[in-house]
Amino acid sequence: MPTHELILLKNMSTPGYTGSLADYERAGGYQALRKVLGKIAPADVTEMVKKSGLRGRGGAGFPTGVKWEFLPKDYQGPRYLCCNADESEPGTFKDRQLMERDPHQMLEGIVITCYAIGAEIGYIYIRGEFVLGAQILERALGEARAAGYLGTNILDTGFNLDVWVHRGAGAYICGEETALLESLEGKRGLPRVKPPFPATHGLYNKPTVVNNVETLANLPHILNRGPEWFASIGSPPRSTGTRIFCVSGHVKRPGNYEVPMGITFRELIFDHAGGMRSDKPLKAIIPGGASAAFFTDQHLEVKLDFESVAQAGSMLGSGGVTVMEEGTSMVWAALRLMEFFYHESCGKCTPCREGSSWLVQTLRRIMAKRGRHEDLDTLTELCKNIVGRTICAFGDAEVAPILSTLQYWRHEYEELIEAAEAAELITPEPALARH
Amino acid sequence: MLLEKYTDHINEILSRYPVRRSALLPLLNLAQREDGYVSESAMKEIARILRLTPSQVYEVVTFYTMLNLKPIGKFHIQVCRSLMCALVGSDTLVGWLQARLGIRPRETTPDRLFTLSTVECLASCGTGPMMQVNEEYYEQLTEEKVDRILADLKRDGTCSLKSGPFMFPQPELQQVKR
Ligand SMILES: Cc1cc2nc3c(=O)[nH]c(=O)nc-3n(C[C@H](O)[C@H](O)[C@H](O)COP(=O)(O)O)c2cc1C
Ligand code: FES
Repeated sequence: MPTHELILLKNMSTPGYTGSLADYERAGGYQALRKVLGKIAPADVTEMVKKSGLRGRGGAGFPTGVKWEFLPKDYQGPRYLCCNADESEPGTFKDRQLMERDPHQMLEGIVITCYAIGAEIGYIYIRGEFVLGAQILERALGEARAAGYLGTNILDTGFNLDVWVHRGAGAYICGEETALLESLEGKRGLPRVKPPFPATHGLYNKPTVVNNVETLANLPHILNRGPEWFASIGSPPRSTGTRIFCVSGHVKRPGNYEVPMGITFRELIFDHAGGMRSDKPLKAIIPGGASAAFFTDQHLEVKLDFESVAQAGSMLGSGGVTVMEEGTSMVWAALRLMEFFYHESCGKCTPCREGSSWLVQTLRRIMAKRGRHEDLDTLTELCKNIVGRTICAFGDAEVAPILSTLQYWRHEYEELIEAAEAAELITPEPALARH
Repeated sequence: MLLEKYTDHINEILSRYPVRRSALLPLLNLAQREDGYVSESAMKEIARILRLTPSQVYEVVTFYTMLNLKPIGKFHIQVCRSLMCALVGSDTLVGWLQARLGIRPRETTPDRLFTLSTVECLASCGTGPMMQVNEEYYEQLTEEKVDRILADLKRDGTCSLKSGPFMFPQPELQQVKR
């Protein structure tokens, strides 16, 4: 196995590390903050983050420093940082580990970010189910306040910041940044039309940055060791640093693996995650969470970086890599994911709300061997009418599993339909009136 | 009455936000923690505290799946049924639970101890099959573990098999490369 340095998981991989403030400080924690606060101008911090090439780990991969720069420079009122800890993309379970095992790493990243963007309040929006995570964060916030890393006049620099944990209550869509803001304002989590973007009209209509947990956890390291160091890791120039890939499914050793971006799927699945759990060969890979188009065994040499995965027709997304073995029905897999999206569609946009219900019904019918050949056209047609026609990216996400399984495994759909038609020859069904 | 019982806590929550309405989810979570569900009187009280109309509160409650509008069993068992868990046996897990509890998803046992639900991804996809019981996660479940969890919950109200701070693979197993 190629050796590489752990960055984000390094502390927690040290035996005995508890994630307490004392442990974090002993491991060099809050040194970046001391280096930055009052010593490097906020604009220069942003410049360093830009130079590092850090891109968002929440799903879209937007360059972090560039996002910060979008905040209006001359605006006098309050600004906010929201840490996106909603982690609800199926296949993703890294933020949970970062929060529960090394909460101060992320908090230090939050303080640095707030300093860079001039925010005096930060909210950590954490999914409601993470009760333990929320408790651990509350405890860490208390420690940080007592040690003077939060509160008024932090480290005697005149910088003030308060950070609060805000628990959600069960809604995938609240991971979408504008739905998150609505939810944080005490409303239903319905995405907002963009533009205006959160950078100018975010929380309470004020300039706001939304960043993912893993994105923020990278910041202390970038500031400590320099943007050039960070930019040399991974696949520079466009995919710098490591990523924590969450491997799930039919592998021997599922789990979180932090690796430099740019290793291949084969290396991740076979070297790190131990390969297939049985002697059944690999059949399909979901490369970046439930919203990403499926890959086949032909994609094992694709590199895990933003560009390579996009070029191969999918996306690196949230870093959730799901592996499926031979014998797994792809129609069934698409249906399971579609049921998720149907359940989680917030209902605001008609194509997504109605389309997801039609897609589920059509897939269920095919799966139950009651499908017809026209159903495949119906599926494609429905997908076409959802993509690009919704307020947020949920619409594009929900069709990816269907379109990609239809692309690579169309014969599985056809076999189920042929089975249906053969059965009908024996007991013909009365024709349904068509409208 | 929530405000009477939790005056300080509620005031502290309100102080975190420049806009009162933001305290809605925290107060609803508090109400549900107190009663196991969000009652009509709790919704009305929260509306008064936040200066909202009761319907503004109700429309939010109905949006979020964790908030229950009706009382449920003492232990709410929620099995993740999303694809990654389904690949490693979540349907089998539901089967074990159905057989032991004698109920189907969305039902409550007659003694009102257990309510069974299936839910979507709980961010534990590498350690499935898994379930959440009230505030705790139970992961990498087997038939034996399920038996023990149900027995312990009945007897002690908790079970030591619940997950602690999450890391997988565990540090001992993770090859630390320097
Ligand atoms: C439907 C949907 C769900 C999302 N869920 C999450 C999530 O759970 N966690 C997250 O960090 N980002 C999620 N995102 C991405 C956010 O909208 C946003 O891009 C991200 O939080 C920005 O942070 P980053 O730039 O640091 O990645 C989701 C996006 C969409 C469209
Ligand atoms: S799929 Fe079950 S926890 Fe994610």
